[in-house]
Amino acid sequence: MSEASRTRTIRTDYLARVEGEGGMYVRLDGRAVSEVKLRLYEPPRFFEAFLRGRSFTEVPDITARICGICPVAYQMSSARAMEDACGVPIDEGPIRDLRRLLYCGEWIESHSLHVYMLHAPDFLGYPGAIEVARDHREIVEQGLQMKKAGNALMTVIGGREVHPINVRVGGFYRPPTRAELRALIEPLERARETALATVQWTSTLDFPDVRLDPEHVALADPDGYPIDLGRIVSDRGLDIEPAAFDEHIVEEHVEHSTALHARLRERGSYLTGPLARYSLAYEALRPLAREAAREAGLGPACRNPFQSIVVRAVELVQTTDEALALIDAYEAPDPPAVAVEPRRAVGHGATEAPRGMLYHRYEIDEDGTILDARIVPPTSQNQRAIEEDLRAVVERSVDLSDEDLTLRCEQAIRNHDPCISCSTHFLELTIDRE
Amino acid sequence: MNGPRKQTLAVWKFASCDGCQLSVLDLEDELLSLADNLEIAYFIEATSATVEGPYDVSLVEGSITTLHDAERIRAVRANSGVLITIGACATAGGIQALRNFADVEEFARIVYASPDYISTLATSTPISAHVNVDFELNGCPINKQQLLEVISAYLNRRRPRVRAHSVCVECKRRGTVCVMVAHGTACLGPVTHAGCGAICPAYNRGCYGCYGPKETPNTASLDAWSGLGEHDLVRVYRTFNAGAGPFRQASEAHERS
Repeated sequence: MSEASRTRTIRTDYLARVEGEGGMYVRLDGRAVSEVKLRLYEPPRFFEAFLRGRSFTEVPDITARICGICPVAYQMSSARAMEDACGVPIDEGPIRDLRRLLYCGEWIESHSLHVYMLHAPDFLGYPGAIEVARDHREIVEQGLQMKKAGNALMTVIGGREVHPINVRVGGFYRPPTRAELRALIEPLERARETALATVQWTSTLDFPDVRLDPEHVALADPDGYPIDLGRIVSDRGLDIEPAAFDEHIVEEHVEHSTALHARLRERGSYLTGPLARYSLAYEALRPLAREAAREAGLGPACRNPFQSIVVRAVELVQTTDEALALIDAYEAPDPPAVAVEPRRAVGHGATEAPRGMLYHRYEIDEDGTILDARIVPPTSQNQRAIEEDLRAVVERSVDLSDEDLTLRCEQAIRNHDPCISCSTHFLELTIDRE
Repeated sequence: MNGPRKQTLAVWKFASCDGCQLSVLDLEDELLSLADNLEIAYFIEATSATVEGPYDVSLVEGSITTLHDAERIRAVRANSGVLITIGACATAGGIQALRNFADVEEFARIVYASPDYISTLATSTPISAHVNVDFELNGCPINKQQLLEVISAYLNRRRPRVRAHSVCVECKRRGTVCVMVAHGTACLGPVTHAGCGAICPAYNRGCYGCYGPKETPNTASLDAWSGLGEHDLVRVYRTFNAGAGPFRQASEAHERS
């Protein structure tokens, strides 16, 4: 059979170093890529269904359980949506500042995990961080210590690192004392030094020369880098309030995935997450983070998904530096929560989870009972863009052996830090070329 | 010099949020020495390198919600010396066991436009409903120090020091003033399994039962003290351990009355 008509299948059934279960399937007819599927087969857990009939006060605790890696993102988007429904938005002041500080903890923990434990092994040629540690123990140890600083923030403010207990609709149950937060300054200062060193180190890794052009979508916060609130904006003119999400973005159900696929009604696929945030909000970075990015040669926008590891490191500088500033200025919110009285309404909440924008929408009745719930996680929004990214990577790499091509594809997926537990409400990797 | 063969550890995932297996990676100070002392033979979230079983110790996260997973857990059991479930999903069915009280086809229609693409069981069940389990570690999420204790105990062939008394005992040891007695805040602490360290009352809120039922819980007595109505009592028992025997029975009793 001639090369031109040969069909190849490349597949990975259980993709490693991602959160949750998924795989990949790619089929090539000759040199043409005929099919690309990111297969998310994590069993569905039906959160939107069992939220019906629950109380509006229960959403931070319940939706946190969608994801053990980014529970704070779920708590923040759900609380904001309920506060929006009840007409008490918390857009500024000490409660908002404390929320942002807690959220910095989650970004530090999640990004340290991804950069050092999940992503770096791809560049260093190891199957995982434990194997990296056998030859370069100090690299993995510094990553773990930075992660620990993030988790310490989560523990002091939230009560524990996974599924924090201190977040409620309206604010917090008990604010931390200044003394409790001051104990975090030293580990966070060390984490900031590690973050700066991480930007420098990751910028020296070997990146394939790739430039992809999906529409970038992120929140825009007039007060700083987008984390906890903002309008939804893109680099192609989208600029809407979270309440207009449905008018502009639709979710579709495809057969090969238990995660719904989101797309912009007018333009199709889009990308949310570190690359989009960095490229849209470069000017909003703290000077230390922007300077670190500039010294690493990153430029004001980044369109190479393989370089997302450098962008995450820049965001680690951003969040460690911001956390220190927030602690320095901290005054305990008094009272720790504002009163939120239910009313019959629809509320929307959008925040930036470490891996991208997370949108919640709830309809509640007059006594606060949830009538309808909708949760759109970042990985659902990114699925199409990741598949398009995979297709582009395979098209450029058809001369690689099956083994190398499989590895390259897996890496292309891990570039986006997909969270499958979140999105199914994700990965099996197969490259088909028989 | 060849020492004795390192014991092997495998980590398995079923329907879950990944938070409990993340607790292994959250052992920032102990992870690398753990990896020095045993062989992490299968842990797909951490490494693509896998070693063929059988495994000395398997940690299982998540509940059984599909026919495929019901088959898979039998294969895991057959390939494991010791099988330890970690967290509320694996031990009680998790929050997704709320489907056990509802119509799962209706659930699929609410979430998915094409429910025909979804294959799922009508129930979410704990691992022990399918295979023999050697030890169950409670919590949503588990306490990572308790996890370390359990792994260490099994590697050294001793019983884990994990107590089954109530959260109340942990509050007393921590010196937290009782939120129910002092502030009238409804609290599941008296019927909830210890292990978290009694975090919620230390943050001025009542325990919400994420570690599941303690040994011999008296839910009827607590409920009479709680000041909550029947509808709210159904809700407080129907969260992350809704499928655990005593919590399920309590919620069903309040639903009937």
